[in-house]
Amino acid sequence: MRKSTLIKVATQSILKNKMRTFLTMLGIVIGVAAVIVMVAVGYGAQTSIQQQIGALGTNMIMIMPGASNVGGVNQGAATFNRLTPADYEKLKRESLLLSAVSPVVFTNAQAISANGNWRTRINGVSTDYQIIRNWRTQSGTFFTEADLRSARKVAVLGQTVAAALFPDGDAVGQQVQLRDVPFTVIGVLERKGQNAGGNDADDIIIVPYTTASSRLSGWHRLGQIIASTSSPQDVLAAQEEIRGILREAHKLGEADDDDFTIRNQDEIAAAASNATQVMTLLLAAIASISLLVGGIGIMNIMLVSVTERTREIGIRMAIGARGSDVLTQFLVESVAISVMGGLIGVVLGFAGAALVGRFTGWSTATPPEAVLVAVGFSAAVGVFFGFYPARQAASLNPIQALRYE
Amino acid sequence: MEQSAADVIRVAGVTKVYQMGRNAVHALRGIDLTVKAGEMIAIMGHSGSGKSTLMNVLGCLDTPTSGTYELDGVRVTGLSKNELADLRNQKLGFVFQGFNLLARTSALENVELPLLYDRSGRRRDTRELARKSLERVGLGARLDHHPSELSGGQQQRVAIARALVTEPKVVLADEPTGNLDTRTSLEIMALFQELNDQGITILIVTHEPDIACYARRIVEVRDGRILRDEPMRQRRIAAEDLKTFAAEPEPA
Ligand SMILES: Nc1ncnc2c1ncn2[C@@H]1O[C@H](COP(=O)(O)OP(=O)(O)OP(=O)(O)O)[C@@H](O)[C@H]1O
Ligand SMILES: [Mg+2]
Repeated sequence: MRKSTLIKVATQSILKNKMRTFLTMLGIVIGVAAVIVMVAVGYGAQTSIQQQIGALGTNMIMIMPGASNVGGVNQGAATFNRLTPADYEKLKRESLLLSAVSPVVFTNAQAISANGNWRTRINGVSTDYQIIRNWRTQSGTFFTEADLRSARKVAVLGQTVAAALFPDGDAVGQQVQLRDVPFTVIGVLERKGQNAGGNDADDIIIVPYTTASSRLSGWHRLGQIIASTSSPQDVLAAQEEIRGILREAHKLGEADDDDFTIRNQDEIAAAASNATQVMTLLLAAIASISLLVGGIGIMNIMLVSVTERTREIGIRMAIGARGSDVLTQFLVESVAISVMGGLIGVVLGFAGAALVGRFTGWSTATPPEAVLVAVGFSAAVGVFFGFYPARQAASLNPIQALRYE
Repeated sequence: MEQSAADVIRVAGVTKVYQMGRNAVHALRGIDLTVKAGEMIAIMGHSGSGKSTLMNVLGCLDTPTSGTYELDGVRVTGLSKNELADLRNQKLGFVFQGFNLLARTSALENVELPLLYDRSGRRRDTRELARKSLERVGLGARLDHHPSELSGGQQQRVAIARALVTEPKVVLADEPTGNLDTRTSLEIMALFQELNDQGITILIVTHEPDIACYARRIVEVRDGRILRDEPMRQRRIAAEDLKTFAAEPEPA
């Protein structure tokens, strides 16, 4: 049979049963659309995380308490936290490669102003923080070494906090209560947007770490030390240098493992992208299940169709159709249904991804390969699930098929 | 057996046994039959005598258990399924009792169908050939009608047009008038006679003597054997019977 007539015959029988074709197609439509939306969301998350990590500053190094993951389990950073202000001071004093070092004391508090109330993260840091994070003030100033030394109760607000606590006016010079301690706002930071974890980076209050330890957390351990080098080439060497200094500070012997973890920007980016890649794959896998279900729907309908059209098959064979002609006819039908469903699914998937992006604020991006894969996959579903029914049709005995009522 | 180039069908010692569990049903018990080009043969016999089985073998829809079959000089015995399909397409035309047209498909497309399965690809203007074939059976004005929009007689004409469109060596008709009333049966037989006069070889299975009498030769089958094979002594002309039939008042 000629290709053009084959396609004509297939479209004819597809159009003869529009409702059924539509419902069969729907399974594939939903499957493909789901895959596209999921991949778009996952891919979007990945790209935005990469951008945000890039925005942190390329030369940043993070030092966290606790050994690095052993067998996939983080060895309780808080329990064995031995990262102290003394470690920070030693690093600052002895390191040759680091251009900036800052401790980070993490805590949370309810911030209260004259006309606002806001629960937020508080980071106690040193003056170098601004250099490492490359984060300028929009108004006012950052605190100084003098503020740090005397543990002054001064605070620099992120945009979100400033807006929540001082909705109608400049925050600089105003008072903020953190755990009943009055702080003076001396600056407001520029907007940063989302951070790598997908949280609002501007929902933060920065205070001198000395003040944070003594007045807020009441705990003289550091959550983290962050540092940066002046050039990206120095990062790896700096990591080694930090390691040496901290091992000495912690008096670790030859055989002891590090009781701290050092990560650079690339490693953080890799870890984050790994996580999102796994998430994307997982989402796509879950969505593919619906594609599979759609395929089973096709197989079901094609089997029904073969039974219903037994007589038609008998007629075609009597007038000279070969088994392969009948096989191709039914295969073309199921592939046509699944590919049409796939194309509609792609369109709906793009629309869905855009909609998800609009409502959640996540950036979504569909890699063009995803479209090819989705359409190719749905064609494969058509062939795979159409083959068995088509072979059933092709192997019918023409005499019995003609006699079928 | 006398050999002739004009033999369209040559069957010798054909048997067909259906194995039904432990029982063997001997549907054909040794058939010898030769059909020359231009013949019009009625195959008669009681129900279960093996007429349809014989037709299926002649129609290359079924293979005999033993014996040989030659169709238009081609040895059919031992051919593959695909070769049988091609033979059906190129050398045979079928007309069934139940018409067997594709529903929801126009008369024209039904008639065109065998040409679409023609692998030789020698006919390009399949539409035009289908239209001519329908005109030949008197349905030139019903090209776009679907089977459900046609009377039984018209449907059978479409089926005949479909059988003719490939210019087959033989037209095989299994009880072509079985579903039709007397008048329509006469019309169909008149059409078959007209086609036969134009040189087309026709085999008709029927158990009605009233239908068989329009053939030129009569073959009677009983219990899977040929009981009688002789020329029709008083061949009737369907077109003339149709005139007298029209003159008679309808029986209430
Ligand atoms: N597929 C089959 N399996 C088993 N037995 C069969 C099969 N087809 C036909 N037979 C048997 O073969 C014998 C001949 O059947 P066939 O259909 O050829 O009769 P027929 O002459 O066409 O009868 P009718 O006039 O009723 O159509 C019958 O006994 C029938 O039961
Ligand atoms: Mg029969």
